[in-house]
Parts: sequence; structure tokens; C-alpha cells
Amino acid sequence: MIRLDNVTKIYKGETRAVDGVSLNIEKGEFVFLVGQSGSGKSTMLRLLTAEDAPTSGEIHVAGKDLGRLSSWKVPYLRRNIGSVFQDFKLLPNRTVHDNIAYALSATGATRKEIRAKVPDVLRLTGLSTKLHNYPDQLSGGEKQRVSVARAFVNHPPLLLADEPTGNLDPHTSLGIMQLLYRIYRTGTTVLVATHDSHMVDRMRRRVIELRGGRIIRDEASGLYAQREQTTDEFGDLLDNAYHDLGRSD
Amino acid sequence: MRFTFFLREATRSLRRNAVPSFAAMASVLVTMLVLGVFIPMVQATTGAANEVRAKVLVDVFLKADATDAAVERVRKTLTQDTKYVGNVTYVSKAEAYAREKKQNPEAYALLGSNPLPDTFRVTPDKAGNVGKLRDELAPLTASGERTVADPAIDEVKNRRDETTKILSATKIVKLSMAFLALLLVLASILLISNTIRLSLFARRREVEVMKLVGATDWFIRWPFVIEGIIVGAIGGVMAIGLLLVGKVAFIDPLKSDFSLIAAPETLNFGVLIAVLLVASVAVSAAGSGLSLRRFLRV
Repeated sequence: MIRLDNVTKIYKGETRAVDGVSLNIEKGEFVFLVGQSGSGKSTMLRLLTAEDAPTSGEIHVAGKDLGRLSSWKVPYLRRNIGSVFQDFKLLPNRTVHDNIAYALSATGATRKEIRAKVPDVLRLTGLSTKLHNYPDQLSGGEKQRVSVARAFVNHPPLLLADEPTGNLDPHTSLGIMQLLYRIYRTGTTVLVATHDSHMVDRMRRRVIELRGGRIIRDEASGLYAQREQTTDEFGDLLDNAYHDLGRSD
Repeated sequence: MRFTFFLREATRSLRRNAVPSFAAMASVLVTMLVLGVFIPMVQATTGAANEVRAKVLVDVFLKADATDAAVERVRKTLTQDTKYVGNVTYVSKAEAYAREKKQNPEAYALLGSNPLPDTFRVTPDKAGNVGKLRDELAPLTASGERTVADPAIDEVKNRRDETTKILSATKIVKLSMAFLALLLVLASILLISNTIRLSLFARRREVEVMKLVGATDWFIRWPFVIEGIIVGAIGGVMAIGLLLVGKVAFIDPLKSDFSLIAAPETLNFGVLIAVLLVASVAVSAAGSGLSLRRFLRV
């Protein structure tokens, strides 16, 4: 579903946001992308939606080589990728229904299809009663649900979420995560960039950790952090032990 | 389905963004109003200038003893073999005498006989070619004196002082009018595009989201273009309405008194309206379509 070969992105000639990253994500996986702010998570997601082009390296998304994709085809690529953002990115002057319907009509759906699909996805996300509300009449959690609904209404094979719970309280976050999990269960590949250690530890899915634009960890069912916070001495000790373990794997 | 969708999107965003839309409409209105006043003004002045320039001419005086055959020969040379000739009028001895006598009866009564020669009044094809025309008819020799193109011609004269004055004055009038018109058109295009860009800037987030859900550039652009067409049409129609009121109230009553207003080359009102309407619609539609380009690069 996603393949990166030695991808590097350099901003303004100096900042290496992503540095020689290679990775492979299969169809139907649920993957967490973790790392501190500035570790390159968002840049990775921007590269995947062709918002940015890599400085070097190859990116394949949904069977397409992004380096060879002409710019007029980018919209068609994006129809295969649902995107969820920390700040929701809803259209403020449209109702919940119209926000989702717009995403559908942008892909050339007829009115009949819109009438069939929008109620479905609203039911899935638990928003059936908020159909005619405007975004500023909704809570943060509800806005994020709309954003997820919009991303999923086309049933794209891939869903990208950039800090989907960054603005939400733990309880609401859980609801959003459950929603993403439910979407993953329908066979959709889901990639979530997050800071939410709690959620990552709880869900125990594949974790890819970035630091300084490089992958420093890729575990099949990992925790948010490699180890508990300890003193430096202890940390080094544990670090070495961990590496030894990793090699024997 | 597609078109109605775009139309619906355009009208909804007009309603949602009433203030910027109104600003864009007002700038179209003002621009078209100014242009609507200025275009006929430029035309009237250039028309008047052209009328004056048409009075520039060269007099070809024939010798007093020129025969009818010689007159015919000169006429043929002028109309067929000479470059830069626009129009040729023949004034015979008798006609010239009658005209001058009417203006100055005492002097001519005193003279008794007719001292005036047969004359051709030649208008150049373009007012600026008057000097060249004279050189054709009376070429300069190496020694700097003038000869004549035909033995029957006595002298070729242009009304020098008058001519140069008219030429330079009308040239300045025409040039300054053209410059002003250019400046005005430039200013109006900048004004309209700036207003449109401002209203688009407020909606760049919207465009960003549209791009991210996979809308093609034209899918996003069409509603903006249609919006521009609507805004331009409303602004243009209102400007035309005001111009119509102005024309009926102020210009028409004065028409008989000022030849400038009724100058023959002034565009008629119907054409002016069509030009303004097309211009306002085209400028605002193209303006919103093009200004959007910056925000489409996501």
C-alpha cells in the first residue's frame, strides 16, 4: 500500500525533515507513526498525499509512483487517500452533511450516490443527529468525527491521520481511536501520526518511531516509548540491552 | 448536473461572502462608470482633432497662361501618379475670383482684372504626410531650390505656420488622451484584481480543504469564475444604468449646442454598452479564475 525507498526531504536547502527513510506498509495494516515534534511525521504524511515532493527517493502509494504522477492526476490519487487532521479542516460555512457531500461531489458522485452514502457514513461515525449543524456548533470530538466521516465516505483504501486526537481530551480521544479502528476492520489501511502515548500503549499495533527524520524503531506491536523513563545511567544500560535483543531477533 | 452544481456553489458563496462580493461589485461599477464617461470623451477629442487635421492641405498654383489641356494633365498627375494624395479639388480662376471678391469687394473692384491662377487644393492621405506630398509635387534640387513636377505648375505651397501648429497640437492631444486612457484601464484592472484577490484570500483555507479531498483544479475554479461573471454582470449593468441616466439627463439636451458631443466618430451608445458589459464580465471572471491559481498550488 505504501512503499518508501530511501526518501529524503530537505526544506530550503538545509533542514532535513526526512532523511533516508525506507519502509513498507502492507494493505490492511494499522500503523502508528510516533516521534517528537519536528521528527518528520507531518512531512511524511505530506509526502504521501503529494502535497510535497521528496528531494530524493521513491514513494509508491496505492500502486502509484508519486515521482511519475503528473500534477493533474494528483486529485485522483487523493481520492484514494482519506485525510484526518488535528485541526479538522472542515468548511466552516457548510453543515455537517454538506461538508461530507462536498468531498463526494468533488469526486464526481451523483446526487443519488450522495443521498445514499452520506447517511451511511454518518451512522458509522455516530453523527446522525448532527446532520444540519454547522461546525462551530459542534464539540471538538464531534468535529473530528465529521472529519473522519469525510475522509472515509469514499471508502478509500488508505486513511492518513495527523494527530487526530491532538486537540481532544482522553475520553473523546478514545472514541476517535475506536472509530479509526472500526475503519481499519473494514480492510482499510490506517496510518496514524500521534503523540498520544497512552493510546499507542493501549492498542499495541505496529509502531514506527522517527527521530530527526530517521526511523529509529519499527516494531510489530510496540509501545509508544522504548522503555520507561529512567536515570541516564540506567537508560544507557537498558538501551544497550535493548539493542542486543533487537539484533538477536 | 455539473453546471447546476457549480451555479449553486457560486450563488451560495456569494450569499455567504456578501461583503467582499459587494466590494468587488462596487469596484467593477466604479471602473465601468469612469470608462463609460472616458471612452466617449477620448473619441470626441480625437474626432475633433482629426477634423482639424483634415483641414491641412497643399495648394498647387498653375501658371496664369495654363491651357485647359495642361489643367487636365496636372489633374491626372495629381490623382494618378502622385503618392500621398488624399483628395483633390479644382478651383478655377473664375471661381477663385468670385470667392475672393465676395470677401474683399473693394480691393478687387480696384484691381479690375483677375490676377488669380487656377488652383488645385490637395489634401494629403494622412495629415502627417503633408511635407512629403509637397516634396513630390515640387522636388528639391541639389542647390536647395524647388522645381515643379509639371511645367504648367507655377508654385506649390502649404500653409506652413498653420499646418505645423495644427499637427503638433493635435498630436499632443491625441497622445495625452491615449496615455490617460491606458493609465485608467491599468488602474481599473489592478483595482478589480486586488479586490478579487482579497476576497479569495479569505477563502484560501476552503480551497486547501477542497484540494485535499481530491477536487480537481477546475472543479474548484468553476464556481469562482461563475461568481466573477455574476458580480461583473451586476456591476456592469448598474454602471450602464447610471450612464444611461447621465446621458438622458445631461448630454442629450446639450447635444445641439456642442459639436464636440455630437462628433461623428463618437461610438454610439449601444456599442458602448456592449463593450462595457463584456469588459466587466470578462475582467472579473478572468480575474477570479487567475487569482485563484496561487491558492491552488497545494
